[in-house]
Amino acid sequence: MTELMPAEGVFSLIWLLIALPLAGAVILLCAGRRTNSWGPYLGVLTVSASAVLGWVMLWEMLQVSPEQRTVEQNLYSWLVVGDFQADMAFQLDQLSMVFVLLITTVGALIHVYSIGYMSHDRDRRKFFGYLNLFVAAMLILVLANNYLLLYVGWEGVGLASYLLIGFWQYKPSAAAAAKKAFVINRVGDVGLSLAIMLMFVTFGTVSFEGVFGSADEASQGTLNAIGLLLLLAAAGKSAQFPLQAWLLDAMEGPTPVSALIHAATMVTAGVYLITRSNAIFDIAELAATAVIVVGVITVFMGAIIGSAKDDIKKSLAGSTMSQIGYMVAAVGLGPIGYVFGIFHLLTHGVFKAGLFLGAGSVMHGMNDNVNMRRYGALRTVMFITFITFAAGWLSILGIPPFSGFWSKDEIIHAAFEQGVVVGVLLVIAAGITGFYMTRMFIMTFLGKARWEEGVHPHESPKVMTIPLIILALGSTFLGMALLFWGDIESWLEPVVGFESKPAALSTAATIAISLTVVIMGAIVAYVMYWRRPVPIEEPRGSWLTRAAREELYGNQVNDALVVKPTYVAARATAVLDAKVVDGVVNGSAAFVGALSTRLRRYQTGFVRSYALSMVGGAVLVVLALVLVRAS
Amino acid sequence: MNPANYVLLSAVLFSIGAVGVLVRRNAIVVFMSVELMLNAANLAFVAFARMNGNLDGQTVAFFVMVVAAAEVVVGLAIIVTIFRTRRSASIDEPNLLKY
Repeated sequence: MTELMPAEGVFSLIWLLIALPLAGAVILLCAGRRTNSWGPYLGVLTVSASAVLGWVMLWEMLQVSPEQRTVEQNLYSWLVVGDFQADMAFQLDQLSMVFVLLITTVGALIHVYSIGYMSHDRDRRKFFGYLNLFVAAMLILVLANNYLLLYVGWEGVGLASYLLIGFWQYKPSAAAAAKKAFVINRVGDVGLSLAIMLMFVTFGTVSFEGVFGSADEASQGTLNAIGLLLLLAAAGKSAQFPLQAWLLDAMEGPTPVSALIHAATMVTAGVYLITRSNAIFDIAELAATAVIVVGVITVFMGAIIGSAKDDIKKSLAGSTMSQIGYMVAAVGLGPIGYVFGIFHLLTHGVFKAGLFLGAGSVMHGMNDNVNMRRYGALRTVMFITFITFAAGWLSILGIPPFSGFWSKDEIIHAAFEQGVVVGVLLVIAAGITGFYMTRMFIMTFLGKARWEEGVHPHESPKVMTIPLIILALGSTFLGMALLFWGDIESWLEPVVGFESKPAALSTAATIAISLTVVIMGAIVAYVMYWRRPVPIEEPRGSWLTRAAREELYGNQVNDALVVKPTYVAARATAVLDAKVVDGVVNGSAAFVGALSTRLRRYQTGFVRSYALSMVGGAVLVVLALVLVRAS
Repeated sequence: MNPANYVLLSAVLFSIGAVGVLVRRNAIVVFMSVELMLNAANLAFVAFARMNGNLDGQTVAFFVMVVAAAEVVVGLAIIVTIFRTRRSASIDEPNLLKY
């Protein structure tokens, strides 16, 4: 059993991991325009310092035995209300450690890349401030030792994501996309907050230690409810079905943002949440099954959307959805899958960041055109981007020995351990992955040039290509390094548990089948997009292509199910207010007004008529008295 | 003599006064009718005091006289003022205070 170690030595600096980028964000966002010249370098510096600190901590962590690798640092008591207590406390264990390294290292590379990519933007210090804010929030998310602090990070990354998607807010499409991402994420956040409340009601605490320690005492129904709410949260943040619609629009943001937030780190927060809550999902079978179902559905949705989009970034976004679907499905499998879900998350974080930055490099050379039908033959002019993109492409396809091969193959194998259905579905989706990524690669770099007139593609500056090269090296070797040298299974095992079951398919057979299917997908793409010329105007396509271009009608479904009914309800409420509520008020006022118009006619000004009414009244009173007396 | 006759007389006087107030236009006559009603009431008070054998009614009759005197003072002053400005003592003419 793992024990919580007090934070000593270098671990007493856990807070500094977060404080550095947070300080960077505060300085850059408060100091204003005068930081435009040196601001980007400050942004890079803070994140790089965090990354270095992270690697030192990894080194320290490797020095102690696996049972002693969970370090806790309690800064102060944050909220104490009656029985409720939440500390500003961080917990660094094997799971948080790999996340810290992914976030800070990939983050630092993307910061460096952004120096080149954003060099002409007049608000670049704001961009770097937001990026730093994002890194800080994401680190809070993965380092928190209780759900409430995790929620702070969760909202923080949501805010940073909103700000960065809408970074070019003068474009109406970017502003709308930012709003959409924020609103859809809110649906997921409601799930998370309800889950936290339910945890507090059930366990009396929201700390990881307390909740997981007594998870087996709660009823199956409660745990399933918590699990499903957490799944809702994860679906919102990780763009999983049915809350997937925001991710494709989120590509309106600058490309480094897409790489860092909407590919490598933030969108994987849902996977982290589920993996972190493994003690709950291990018991809550219904919730775990729901996780697998959601993951598998999204794998296919993302892959199909990615196959039809001509916008290189949106195609990559579909691919991100699909790959995160793999991770979600893997962590839904339980202890046989957690490790591989995280493993794939790490390799995907690196190779997808590389692919996105590659796409950004291509756009940089093509005057920000994103239409792949106007690319082609770019290998001749941007060789480094071509080679690094190829590494990412082979990695996501799962061609040995590239990173993606090891992680994706392990997930598929784990799926076969659980059952044949999920395994077969994931293999088929791998085939579609082979198709759309090869399609993208061929349309962009190979074949004939279909450039627009006046576009002169050129290689990006070194500040952009060096991060690409590092990420390409990661795409190539990280899988092997983590599996053989890093021994990811036994590294994560103390936190998430690991077990292996006899699979329906042997490892060799899994590899053979998935490789065959992937290569078949790639060959289809080769035949369709290399042997035949790519038309510049998009052809009409089959019904499936048209549906995929419309993002499988996700927006239409949202419109029909949520937006329209909300509009109708709002209009109905407005009518109700104007007609009924105002009607009662105005009506009674009008009634009293009309009545008094009539009644005031009786004020004639003639004294004698008043006297007559007085006499009449007095007679009536006397008569009434007499009658009452008499009866 | 039977005190009930005084009460009857009082009722007759009161009715005459009331009709006078309602039907006459001249402010002075209306005023006199009001006085008639007040004194009809006084007569009733005194008659009832006699019938019940205590002095309460007689006491109240004095109060009514005082009130009537005060009323005459104020009322006549108003009537005289109106007469001076309008050259008329009709109570139907000052009817400006209406809807």
